Parts: sequence; structure tokens; C-alpha cells
Amino acid sequence: MSGVLVIAEQRRGELRPATLEMVTAAQSVRRPGERVAVALLADEPQRFVPAVSVPGVDEIVTVQLATRDFDPDALETALGALIEARRPALVLVPHSIDSFGYAAALAVKGNYGFATDVFRIAFEGDALLATRGGYGQKVSIEVDFPGKEVVLLALRANVFKPPEGRATPAVSAFAAPAAPARLTGREYIEVSAGDDIDMSAAEFILSIGRGVGEQANVEQFRELAETIGAALGCSRPIADAGWLPKSRQIGQSGKTASACKLYVAMGISGAIQHLAGMKHVATIVAVNADASASIFSVATYGVVADIFEFAAALRAQFRG
Amino acid sequence: MKVLVAVKQVAALDEDFEIRADGKDVEADFLVRDLNEWDDFSLEEAVKMKEVAGTPVEVVAVCVGPEEADEALRKCLAKGADRAIRVWDESLAGADSIAIARVIAAVARREEPQLLLAGAQAADHAFASTGVAVAALLDWPHAAVITHLAYTPGSGSAVLRRELEGGVLHEMQIECPAVLTIQLGINTPRYASLRSIKQAAAKPIEVLTPADLQMPAGEVGEAGSASRVRRMYVPEKGRAQMIEGSVEEQAARVAQLIRERAGGAA
Repeated sequence: MSGVLVIAEQRRGELRPATLEMVTAAQSVRRPGERVAVALLADEPQRFVPAVSVPGVDEIVTVQLATRDFDPDALETALGALIEARRPALVLVPHSIDSFGYAAALAVKGNYGFATDVFRIAFEGDALLATRGGYGQKVSIEVDFPGKEVVLLALRANVFKPPEGRATPAVSAFAAPAAPARLTGREYIEVSAGDDIDMSAAEFILSIGRGVGEQANVEQFRELAETIGAALGCSRPIADAGWLPKSRQIGQSGKTASACKLYVAMGISGAIQHLAGMKHVATIVAVNADASASIFSVATYGVVADIFEFAAALRAQFRG
Repeated sequence: MKVLVAVKQVAALDEDFEIRADGKDVEADFLVRDLNEWDDFSLEEAVKMKEVAGTPVEVVAVCVGPEEADEALRKCLAKGADRAIRVWDESLAGADSIAIARVIAAVARREEPQLLLAGAQAADHAFASTGVAVAALLDWPHAAVITHLAYTPGSGSAVLRRELEGGVLHEMQIECPAVLTIQLGINTPRYASLRSIKQAAAKPIEVLTPADLQMPAGEVGEAGSASRVRRMYVPEKGRAQMIEGSVEEQAARVAQLIRERAGGAA
């Protein structure tokens, strides 16, 4: 039981960025002499070999699957066999929508140690320790895995920095057993179609959340956004309620505020899925009536105020 | 035809709270409990299915937790679940999401539903793993983070959409029986009427122990878990620079930030 096995994630032929972040995590935790291998599972796994040939990867294992589409049965069968053959001490997957769909099943079938949304890993002697959040990220929880020879961890995105530069790791192939096809892909659907604005291109975003209370209140924030020259975005509950189009949603399942330089969050408590779409922004101003809201832990500036009073006062600042 | 809906009574923290003396959890007095938000959506999905089906559909809610979890199950009964099952004894304390999944799988073996719905994750610890772990234990097909579901009760397959990162949906077809984990927004959960809340209060909740479900001791609680909590602590967090003063003063400072950083606006 030694070494770290990183499971690359691809979607529709593109390598997901979390893959290289896991290489850095693997390097940071591996013990002296242990090797870091990256497994590529896809219909044409060789295509991804150049993308994962980076410093910190000792070895690449290609595993050919029957389909390019996400198929949990295929992944669980192939990875179960690969892990059985190699017996790594640690297996890393991204904490992503795809891994939500197979990682727990893989862990149960192999009787591995298992934790998700992990943002810190360390060995203490022979004991592997993983840290994750709890109670809406208000506490940190350190867990260990007594008696488990293999531990599978799903790592939070944007915690580890991907390695830079190129390397030439050894490449080998692993033949996966066939799996039943019980879940089959039909098509991909873009939900943002039909809106005139691309939130990922907006440099200045005013975003609203549950704190706006009701649909009739949205209009005043739309006007405020227009007055101050911001694109109007929102957190999940606002889009789910249909008060703003889904294309305006910032967060893990919505848009990432990629080009944003100034993000003003009003009435957004700061669920981890929302933070995933905006916490990288250089200047974040959070306005919330609740001084203990999680958003204040990622914001640059915080304002504890009633968002309606604050919005009115801010609008007055831009008049005349 | 039967749908089993696995629910959790989640806990949120009071504004001020204390970590337990053993350092492994928060003192129970500081926890505010409620039905997991995601589970409200999966229950609604099951009840909707029952309402439009041409054939009888039974919706059974199951929860692993101590007596206070009855409150979450009563909510399910008030919103349209036909029956409720709660599984607990002290041996389940210390169970992680995998050990909880073992209990739900044992209930599913007994109930033999055609569909098992669970929340994509729980609001408190967000493991996002219980439902899919149940599927593995039953060896059923599974799909996670579902925002659309088309299933005709009794049919051998369902069509669903997974909600991927970045505003993309993936439509897939799945063989049934299956386990599906449900994402927020798949429907609009109903409010329970006062009348249905009263009726739910009078309905029985079946209470079972792991022994009733013939679970081997090695699979129960800590023994059946894939991880163990070593310690829980309050992290040192980055803290925003707070802008104080009257709301006019606060707005003036933010207006200044906007002019400095966003340039051209008014």
C-alpha cells in the first residue's frame, strides 16, 4: 500500500482543470520514495497524455473506456480493478458533479476510507488525516481512516495550485473489465441560451441572494445595477425561483465570475457552491444583515446593514 | 409501485456555539434542526409522481436518527408521504455517511421500492455521498445531482438531467430500479397545510433498530463507517474589513470603492 493515484477528470473530450490541482495535492502529501500516478479514463485516453505530462507526475496510466460520456458503472468497474491491481495508499478524485455520481459507490465497493470536499491532507506517521468543513463551513472537521489500507478522497477545487512546466512521465496502459451499461448519455443542454449577457465576461457584478425576500424586490436591484454600471447576477435560490434567468446565476452550477474585478454581493449568505463562482475576485464587497454570514469570510470589505436601506443609500450616491 | 425517499434531519449552528468536551462535535444544545432542504425537493418529486400516476404509488420516507428526527418525518407525512420509517439505536452514533447508507440500503431491501430518491447533499455536512453509496450497496444504477426527471411509475427506465458545472445539463437514460440524488430547483416544494400537519401528527412512524433490519454488527455505526472524526474546531478565517458607520456613510464608502475599481460608472 503505497503511492498516490490521481484520477483525471474529462468531460466531452476536455481535461477538467481540477486534475492538475490534484497532482499538486498528491506531491504535497506523498511520503519519501512514493510515486504519483495519474489515471486517464476515456474513450481515447492517450489524447490527454500531453496535458498531464507535468512535473510531479511519475507515471501515467491510460484506461480505455467504451464511451466518452460519463458512465458511473464504467468508472467504478475500471477504477475498482485498477486500485485492486496497484493498491495505492491514497486515491484522489475531484469533488465535482461527476464524482458525486460515482466516488461513494467506488469507496463502498472497495471498502476504502472515504471523505469528500477535502481541502487539506497530511500524513501523521502512518495515519492519513483529511480536513473538510462542517455545519455550513462554520467548523473544520479532521477525520482519519482507521484500518483502511486504501483511502479515497474527493478534493475541493481551487485549493491547490496546478504545477507549471512540462515533464515526461512513463506511460502504461491498463485493460479495464467490461461494465454493464445502465446509465447512458443522450445529449448536453446549455441552460444559459437566450440571455443577452455573459456573466463570465462581466467585470463588475452586483449579485443578489435570498435576502431580497420576494420577487417584487428584484426590480430595485436591477435599477441599482444599471445606475452603478454593474451586471446583475444572483445566487441559486433567485434563479431557481425564476426571479432572474438561470444564466445570471453565479456559482458551481452556474457561471464563474471569471473576468470580474469588483463583486458586490447583497443578501447572499455565502454557500460554498456560490463562493466557488466568485471567491477569486480581487475585490468583493458583501452586504448582509447577518454579521455571522459566511460571505464575510471571503469578502474584502463587509457591510452589516439592511440591504434595502443600503441599496437606497448607494443609489443616492450615484444620483446627480 | 413504491418510491423510497431518504431524508436527513440536518443541524445548523446557533450564532454562538461551543465545541463538545471531547472535541469531536458541537454541543447538541447549540444545534438548530430541520429537514434537509434538498430532501424537501426529493420528497416533492416523489409526491408529484404519485399525484399524476395512473397506477397507485406509495411514497415512503426513511430517516436515520434519534427521536427528534421524527419532526423531519412528520414534515414529510404532512407534505404527502404515505408512511414514515425511522431507524435508530445508540450503536448508530458516530456513523458517517457510508454507515448511514448501509442502514438505508437495509431498509430498501425490506421495502423493495422501484425508485429511491435522496438529496444531492445535506445542508450541514455536505458529504454528497449517501445516496450513491446506497446504490452501490444495492448494486442499483445511480445518477447524482438531478434537476429534471421523467419517469412513469412501473416503467423499466427513466430519463433524467444531471446538472453539471457551468450551466450545462446532461440528459441521460437510466434503468430502474435506480437511486437518484436530487438537486435544488427540480420542482417547487409545496407548503404543508395546517390540516395536513394535524393529520401527520396523528400518523404512526415506524421505528426500527439495526437489529430489526438484520444488520451485522460490523456494518453498524463507527464499524460500518469509512472515516472517523478526530476533532472539530473553529477555523481561523479571513475576515472582511468591515465598513462601519451610518448606512449613508457605509454607502458613501462603497460608492468610492466602485468609482475606484469599476471606473466609468456614473
